[in-house]
Amino acid sequence: MIRIVLPLHLRHLARVEGEVRLDVQGPATVSSVLDALEGRFPVLRGTLRDHASRKRRPFIRFFACEQDLSHDPSDAPLPDAVLRGDDPLLIVGAMAGG
Amino acid sequence: MSVVRLLVGTRKGAFILTSDGDRKQWDISGPHFAGWEIYHLKGSPADPDRLYASQTSGWFGQVIQRSNDGGKTWEAVGNQFAYDGATGTHQWYDGTQHPWEFKRVWHLEPSLDDPDTVYAGVEDAAIFRTRDGGRTWQELPGLRNHGKGHLWQPGAGGMGLHTIVLDPVHRGRLYIAISAAGAFRSDDAGQTWRPITRGLKSPYELPDPDAEVGHCVHRIALHPSRPDTLFMQKHWDVMRSDDGGGSWREVSGNLPSDFGFPIVVHAHEPETVYVVPILSDSMHYPPDGRLRVYRSRTGGNEWEALTQGLPQANCYVNVLRGAMSVDSLPSCGVYFGTTGGQVYGSVDSGDNWTAIVRDFPAVLSVEAQTLP
Repeated sequence: MIRIVLPLHLRHLARVEGEVRLDVQGPATVSSVLDALEGRFPVLRGTLRDHASRKRRPFIRFFACEQDLSHDPSDAPLPDAVLRGDDPLLIVGAMAGG
Repeated sequence: MSVVRLLVGTRKGAFILTSDGDRKQWDISGPHFAGWEIYHLKGSPADPDRLYASQTSGWFGQVIQRSNDGGKTWEAVGNQFAYDGATGTHQWYDGTQHPWEFKRVWHLEPSLDDPDTVYAGVEDAAIFRTRDGGRTWQELPGLRNHGKGHLWQPGAGGMGLHTIVLDPVHRGRLYIAISAAGAFRSDDAGQTWRPITRGLKSPYELPDPDAEVGHCVHRIALHPSRPDTLFMQKHWDVMRSDDGGGSWREVSGNLPSDFGFPIVVHAHEPETVYVVPILSDSMHYPPDGRLRVYRSRTGGNEWEALTQGLPQANCYVNVLRGAMSVDSLPSCGVYFGTTGGQVYGSVDSGDNWTAIVRDFPAVLSVEAQTLP
C-alpha cells in the first residue's frame, strides 16, 4: 500500500481529503503509482503528466524521504520507506517564486 | 419573472451572479474551482442550465467542467486536446518553426441547438469540437491547415484562439479570431476556412500593413438579426463589415482611443455597439484614468461616453476581451468585469452603471444569460 499526498487543488479536483492510499500492481515506481492514481481518479489525467508523452508536467515535483525524485527515471523503484507505507510520496506543485 | 445569470471567470475561480429581472439585488455563488484560472464559462443556448467552464493552471494544466443544473454542481469532463495528425509547426519568436503545443482553452462556444456540441478555442491556436458533452474533443484541422498556419506567430500574450462566433441564420457559418494571426470564417461548420482580413490595416504591428496574416484581432461581435454585419475590436481600430467579413472599414470615429479588447452589440438594436477604449497597447488602462464605456447608436463612427456610475478619476484597470456581455431583457442590461475585480452592470443600455461586486480577483470573462 502506497501513501500519496496530493496538492490542495488536486485534492479538490479528485474530491478527496487527506492522503490517498493505493495498492499498486507490480513494482511500485512513480510511473506505476501515477497509473494507479489516474485509474482511481480519472479526473487527474493530464494534470500531473502529459496525456500523450506521459512526461511530468514542468511544475510538478515528486518528493519522498526528503529526496526529490522528480528527475529520476519514472520507472525507478520508490524508496523502501514508501513501499512499506512508512513515508508518503509527496506530489507537489513547484513553488512559484516571487 | 425573468432571471439574469452572470457567469464570471476570474484569475482565481468562477463566480455565478444571479438576479431577478430588476437586476438590483444579486446572489453570488463561488468561488467555484477556487484558485484556478477560469478563462471562460458559457451556457448552452439550447439548454441554459448546461454550462461549460475552462479551468486552467500553470501547474496542473487544463480541466473542462460541465454543469447540468446552472452551476449548482459540476463534473469534470474530458481534458485531452490532441492536435489532429502531424502536429506541425508555426513561426516562433526567433523566426524558426516551432511545434504546436497545447496550453489552455480560451473560449468555449456551445452550439446553438445541441447542448452536447461545443466548440473550443485553444492556445496554441486551434479549434476543437466535442459532440458528446465534453467527454472527447476533436480538432477541426482545416483551420491550421488552410495554407498559412505555419506563418502564425504568437504575440506577447500567446497565440490563443479566443473568439468564436456562431452565425444563427447561415447555419454552419462561424467566425474565429486569433491573437496576432487574424480572423477566419468557415461556411461548413469548421471543415474549411478562409481569412477575412481585407480592409484591416496594422501599420504599427506589421511590416506589410494590410497583410493577410498577422493582424491582432481582439474580438468580433454580431447581432443575430443582421448576421452579415460584424463589428471588430482590433488591437488598434474598431472595424465593421457588412458582408460577413469579406471586407472591413474603420468606424473608430471620435473614440478617445481605438485600442481596446471587448466589443458587444445591444440585444435589440443591431446598430448599437459598445466598446471600452484603452489608452494603448503598452498602457492597458483607460485614457485619463477615467473608465468610460463608449456606445455608438449608428453602427460606429459616432460614439458617446457612458460614465454615470463609473470611476472618473484614478482608475487604471483593464477590461479584457471576454469580459463584456449583454442580457436580452427589454431594457438590455450591459455588464463588464475589470482586471481590478469589479463587475459593473447597467440595466438601461449603458446610461447608468453600478458595481455589482468590487473585490473579485481579476476578471477574465463575463457571460450574461437571460432565463425565463
